[in-house]
Amino acid sequence: MISILDFTRDDLEKLFEETDNMRKRLDEGNVPKILSNSIIALAFFEPSTRTRMSFETAAKRLGANTISFTSEEAISVSKGESFADTIRMLDGYSDLIIVRHKYEGAALFAAEIAKAPVINAGDGKQHHPTQAMLDLYTIRYLKGTVDDLVIGVLGDLKYGRAAASFLLGLTHFRPRRIYLISPQELKLRPEIKELLMERGLNIKELNSLVDVLPELDILYVTRIQKERFPDLREYEKVKGSYRISSKLLFSLAKKDLKILHPLPRVDEISYDVDSTSFAAYFTQARLGVPLRMALLKLILLGGES
Amino acid sequence: MNAREGLYVRKIKNGTVIDHIPAGRALTVLRILGISGKEGLRVAIVMNVESSRLGLKDIVKIEGKYLNEEDVNKISLIAPLATVNVIKDYEVVKKFKVKPPKIVEGIIRCPNPTCISRKSREPIKPKFRLVSTNPIKLQCIYCGSIISENEIVEQLTSLR
Ligand SMILES: [Zn+2]
Repeated sequence: MISILDFTRDDLEKLFEETDNMRKRLDEGNVPKILSNSIIALAFFEPSTRTRMSFETAAKRLGANTISFTSEEAISVSKGESFADTIRMLDGYSDLIIVRHKYEGAALFAAEIAKAPVINAGDGKQHHPTQAMLDLYTIRYLKGTVDDLVIGVLGDLKYGRAAASFLLGLTHFRPRRIYLISPQELKLRPEIKELLMERGLNIKELNSLVDVLPELDILYVTRIQKERFPDLREYEKVKGSYRISSKLLFSLAKKDLKILHPLPRVDEISYDVDSTSFAAYFTQARLGVPLRMALLKLILLGGES
Repeated sequence: MNAREGLYVRKIKNGTVIDHIPAGRALTVLRILGISGKEGLRVAIVMNVESSRLGLKDIVKIEGKYLNEEDVNKISLIAPLATVNVIKDYEVVKKFKVKPPKIVEGIIRCPNPTCISRKSREPIKPKFRLVSTNPIKLQCIYCGSIISENEIVEQLTSLR
């Protein structure tokens, strides 16, 4: 499980149905410990507390055991031992390996080496398929469908792997239109844009949110990082014009616009949005657990329930 | 080869003639074959001759050397329309067009410094998928980076 493009729409629909099921079980407080015979390795070579805890919670809810290294161990692992050797070791211990790494393609390489299945929990600036699945599921949960929606994707589209993965995931569906909203410096990389168009997405790039905000059903916001700008003044200028406030939303957005964000956020969405009906990012984060539960189940036990 | 080309170099007895190399790449072809001249092989290079297919083309004739599959694969990446003539006793005993392999393994390096195939001390070979043939375009199977024919020529020229 390396890229969101490895899946078909049918695979995703099946995953989403299983996620519905897991969500119901969690609400009822009735989760069968179907993975109690499994050991899952959390191989986070790059720290990501949020994603790791979401996977760990999902595994434990289903009764699985987890093994992992601490971030300090991860550093010594990455210094002393080759990635390949570490993967081979974990392969010997566990039934499933979840990999996060700062190098692009690390998860695919791990999958070539290991006999156990590998889940990509983010590699380099490219793929973060479980985040993309979660984003798509959240939209389906909120709107009933991913098709026919007008979706804005805002922020750092060049380096942000969440945004790129989300956009690739959207190609499995038929949204009406996608607006890519970013400063010039952080526009989507041309090879990804080409791929999206080849796969049939109707996309339009622009610099400003306000022009299209009234049309949007979904606004996907990502963080714009200071480090991406050689000139700090440029950053300061850009930052302000991409900040979402409740005032902006109440004056321009559709009533049922929902805002997603892969989190953590810094100040791109002001706190006064949190209590409005627009805010869906906490719901999105919460749904990460049932979605990952469904994924673990489908990978380790197959389709049968 | 036609009569006019015959004016430039005489025929070779045993060896290989690589024809239809894009003009200006003959030296690169020799370089990726690891031929520097010190090996003692008799080599003839014909550059910028007219070709109905390419406009201008280069030709390389190597006395006493036959190509293996890897050689041919490498050539196909910088001269996708090249033909290889195997010569024995002044006769062409085999003639074929190079064909870029669908998967290119190990010959060139991924341009992306944070690609897993670039990580040091890992048992990993760079691996590319052929996405277009003329011009050649390869895509790294690990990170998705695209590498163009010009970049490939540059790499294969500077590596040796
Ligand atoms: Zn690469």
